[in-house]
Amino acid sequence: MLPPFELSQPQTLPEALRALAEDGGQPLAGGTNLFPDLRSGREKGDQFVSLALVEGLRYIKHTEQRITLGSGTTMSDIVHDPKMETAAPALAAAAKIFAGTMVRTAATIGGNVCCGSPSADTVPPLLTLAADVTLSSASGERTVPLDEFYTDYKKTVMKPDELLTSVSWAPPAPGSAHLFYKLARRKGDAITVTGVSVMIAADAGKCTTARVALGSVAPTVFRAHEAEDLLVGQALTPDLIEQAAKAAAHQCSPIDDIRATADYRLQTAHALTRRLITQAWKQVA
Amino acid sequence: MSTDKIITLKVNGSAVKFIAPAHRTLLEALRHEGFVEIKCGCEKGDCGACAVLLDGEPVDSCLTLAWHADGHEVTTIKGLGSPENPDPLQKAFIETGGAQCGYCTPGMIIAAKALLKENPEPSLEDIKRGLSGNLCRCTGYTRIFEAVQVAAEELRREGDVA
Ligand SMILES: Cc1cc2nc3c(=O)[nH]c(=O)nc-3n(C[C@H](O)[C@H](O)[C@H](O)COP(=O)(O)OP(=O)(O)OC[C@H]3O[C@@H](n4cnc5c(N)ncnc54)[C@H](O)[C@@H]3O)c2cc1C
Ligand code: FES
Ligand code: FES
Repeated sequence: MLPPFELSQPQTLPEALRALAEDGGQPLAGGTNLFPDLRSGREKGDQFVSLALVEGLRYIKHTEQRITLGSGTTMSDIVHDPKMETAAPALAAAAKIFAGTMVRTAATIGGNVCCGSPSADTVPPLLTLAADVTLSSASGERTVPLDEFYTDYKKTVMKPDELLTSVSWAPPAPGSAHLFYKLARRKGDAITVTGVSVMIAADAGKCTTARVALGSVAPTVFRAHEAEDLLVGQALTPDLIEQAAKAAAHQCSPIDDIRATADYRLQTAHALTRRLITQAWKQVA
Repeated sequence: MSTDKIITLKVNGSAVKFIAPAHRTLLEALRHEGFVEIKCGCEKGDCGACAVLLDGEPVDSCLTLAWHADGHEVTTIKGLGSPENPDPLQKAFIETGGAQCGYCTPGMIIAAKALLKENPEPSLEDIKRGLSGNLCRCTGYTRIFEAVQVAAEELRREGDVA
């Protein structure tokens, strides 16, 4: 049983934004986070605005300059879009092993980004794409780099009357490598213990782009900027990659929980960062 | 406090109409209407016992609001076949021993149906991943995976004949 709540079902974005501003409800997308949390009491709320019927939130748009996902795009939509394999290889990989079949049908990218969980699997791949999120409210629209979206555990810069309407990024450079690795207790339908994504591009033997993002090892998913700075402009050697992995691990502040200890998370963050950068460099160099 | 609404949907091809408040899940609503072939396990998306097809797509009915299913089509395990005319998956689950207590079976077969629609020739690994949202406490899964392989072969043979 879910606790009782009121639900409005707007059909257009302006109606949804008005409902958020005036009735003070909370957005409800796929409900795959909200419903379990409401049922267990981790989440309170008796006023929701359903995004299910809002027109124009569920789409994938590919242009030469930009790939844009409406916030209502589901994990299955991403899995079923063959272009995603080149538009965002690591995101396609993350969507494929996200939850189980039934949850993927309902879970949206907007909900995954907005829930602010450190283990949200689409976030490391989106961070290494240097994605932007568009936030809309009754008074206007703003675009924020995803890298500046999270402020603390389950906290974001989003205001209560704002909706995340889309996520977008520039296509990866041709020949770049975009990877994601999810370490979990089992291969399917498991919560991430340590998640790592990297984007590496090279030109004339030097690394031109280096982005590294880690999940489940700090209060928020984060970009390992220090590690990235060590790599850009260099020919990557095992030594340098090890230094970068160390720098990334240095930025982690993991916790113990039922899935793993903090120490295990730290060691795997280090090892997986090293492994993924090495693998990516082999692909691009 | 919660306002009630009349919900009209189709279940296994027949119209069903009921009144539900916003927080009523599709699982609760349909079991109340007599569709007790939909099983209730965890009510939080972990076990897949409550899986149904919503407009052909597999969902956990415990994570779906009845309001969100308004005007849509639901298929339960009973909509896939009958004892006289079973779906190849139903037949294979019986023949291989893929069902023991049977509690997970409706959801397993719904998830397997969705898997085979997308991937008619799944590897063992594909089957394991395709059913990772379904838990079984009896079989140890081996017979379930076998049943899906047997059904996949049967469906491919049917496809060749047609
Ligand atoms: C069995 C199970 C397995 C799971 N496995 C995984 C997994 O492998 N990886 C993973 O990352 N997650 C997993 N999850 C968590 C969950 O499925 C995802 O985080 C999902 O993407 C949430 O999306 P949703 O549409 O269901 O969000 P909802 O539950 O509807 O919403 C989540 C939060 O985001 C807010 N929100 C939603 N959309 C918007 C918007 N457009 N604008 C502003 N705020 C918004 C809501 O108000 C709420 O606070 C799992 C959940 C379950 C139940
Ligand atoms: S009862 Fe719905 S997934 Fe367990
Ligand atoms: S047969 Fe008993 S739970 Fe699977």
